[in-house]
Amino acid sequence: MSSPRVTFNNKLLPYLLVAPQLAITLVFFYWPASQAIYQSVLREDPFGLNSRFVGLANFQRLFEEPSYINSFKVTAVFSIATAVLALVVALLLAVMADRIVKGRGFYRTLMIWPYAVAPAIAGMLWLFMFNPTMGTFAYMLRSAGYNWDPLLNGNQAMVLVIAAAAWKQISYNFLFFVAGLQAIPKSLVEAAAIDGAGENRRFWTIQFPLIAPTTFFLLVINTVYAFFDTFGIIHAVTGGGPGKATETLVYKVYNDGFVNLMLGSSAAQSVVLMVIVIALTAIQFRYVERKVHYG
Amino acid sequence: MATISLRDVRKSYGSQEVIHGVNLDVADGEFIVIVGPSGCGKSTLLRMVAGLEAISAGTIEIAGRVVNKLEPRERNIAMVFQNYALYPHMSVFDNMAYGLKIAGLPKDEIRARVDKAATMLQLEPYLQRKPRELSGGQRQRVAMGRALVRDPAAFLFDEPLSNLDAKLRVQMRLEIKQMQRSVGTTSLYVTHDQVEAMTLADRLVVMNQGVAEQIGTPITVYERPASVFVAGFIGSPAMNLVAAEVAPQGRGLALAGGGTVKPRDTALPDPGRKVLLGVRPEHLRLVNGANNADFEIRVAAVEALGADTLAHGHAAGAAEGAPMLVARLPGGTRVAPGDTLPLAIDPGMTHLFDAGTSRRI
Repeated sequence: MSSPRVTFNNKLLPYLLVAPQLAITLVFFYWPASQAIYQSVLREDPFGLNSRFVGLANFQRLFEEPSYINSFKVTAVFSIATAVLALVVALLLAVMADRIVKGRGFYRTLMIWPYAVAPAIAGMLWLFMFNPTMGTFAYMLRSAGYNWDPLLNGNQAMVLVIAAAAWKQISYNFLFFVAGLQAIPKSLVEAAAIDGAGENRRFWTIQFPLIAPTTFFLLVINTVYAFFDTFGIIHAVTGGGPGKATETLVYKVYNDGFVNLMLGSSAAQSVVLMVIVIALTAIQFRYVERKVHYG
Repeated sequence: MATISLRDVRKSYGSQEVIHGVNLDVADGEFIVIVGPSGCGKSTLLRMVAGLEAISAGTIEIAGRVVNKLEPRERNIAMVFQNYALYPHMSVFDNMAYGLKIAGLPKDEIRARVDKAATMLQLEPYLQRKPRELSGGQRQRVAMGRALVRDPAAFLFDEPLSNLDAKLRVQMRLEIKQMQRSVGTTSLYVTHDQVEAMTLADRLVVMNQGVAEQIGTPITVYERPASVFVAGFIGSPAMNLVAAEVAPQGRGLALAGGGTVKPRDTALPDPGRKVLLGVRPEHLRLVNGANNADFEIRVAAVEALGADTLAHGHAAGAAEGAPMLVARLPGGTRVAPGDTLPLAIDPGMTHLFDAGTSRRI
């Protein structure tokens, strides 16, 4: 079905209407992106007093640097774990919420609150709860005989930032999953029940395929979230440590650029990061979306 | 194939009872239509048989087995929904095969059953299509096919034709009837459309506000409606109903708006009893002269339908605000608003209802 084409009598009006959108994209994406590309081929002193063109030397040095390769691995583990955890837990909660009859609105409202918490605050909450010296949960873990110390143990630190990052995103995913599940006509699930499908089977053969567009959208959003928006959480909880165990690519961009003042290298890293996310999103649209059925 | 029996079935939401004890025995292979206005509880009743709604009180038996506590899938029934409820992400074949796959039937058996149903419903060319690529009538057939392949104890239809246009509805009505005849499966069919009800049913259940007002063959329900509600609901245009009182000394019925009527071949109750007099529009005949007439109407509006002419009007001499009466006259009859028509009630075609209980006398 094609919607009727809108025609404007005034030649200027259509350009005016898209101008704000274009302006925002130009100022907040194209301009910084082109600046990053420009900077990535320069070597600059920390005070920005002089700079010289070095070609692709920044990139070359980057891929020879072991800490950058490490950052790649950290990011892969962190992003996959965060996105998967956030999606799976949110879906589980949404399915439960969908089955609730009484107090549904109340439950949903409770579930949405974490989304209103700023990333750094969320990070602080988790930091306090699991702080080895004063955290309640850390105390509980230790009294259960588990040697909990994310300040020294890199794997534990990773678990902590993943949990905090996923926790924050769960409410967002939950909201979309619940909406997706409720958009499925009730009679479809009833028809499947009459056709002999039990609850689990109904979910995997009817509901899950029908919320695939939602799941796909969330997969893209969560990947981007795990790559970029988790900076605040990592910054608050571990600061990339211990021993760079939780230093993701985006955190390293910040650290090298604004702490170590290696502006050229930082810009080169931004460019690499940008390429990775564009490629990931393209792959998702190219291969995953094919399996998605849009009602 | 199976019998279905409902014993004092009730449904309450909180303290609100919406189905007030329905009793019904459905014979093996019978086609029962549950008809009533929206909100009368007919769909709820069907959903209770399907197992989609809990039963608050009473028992439902399918094939001699009490199913009150059973899940829908354990009841061996198939249901056709108003919005078809086809699985949009599956092909027509997969839609029909879904239940069979779950039942664990071998592949060639599934294929054979689906092919048989598809042939019966003329769906073979569409087996690989998705539901959204089908027309309304085709989707309806797929929904029926999905019910058919499972060879269940009973078919349940929940207003299956309401989403179709008028012409298709007539066609699908016939197809449903033929299909049910050929497979002989016990069926419960819910509708608000009295034409569907009359044409499809072996027996009708007329429901009103959670009560089964009358259960009987379509002709019985038409000829001997058990209550004022049934009288007004079945038949088109609706039956004329006029408040009246039985006059003393066999002088007939004194109408509330003034005047008396003495219906022929009708036994009247004791004088003084308040009644509702019901006469179907098709049982009023235009006669020559006021002397041969039971009463006269002053025509207010005329609807010429071709085959029939409907004359609407008030009883002559009736007070303002008296109910409109309607007579169904032969198509060629020339009537105009303002005419006074002398009308006679066909002998024995009078219905009398108690004014207090609304039940037939």
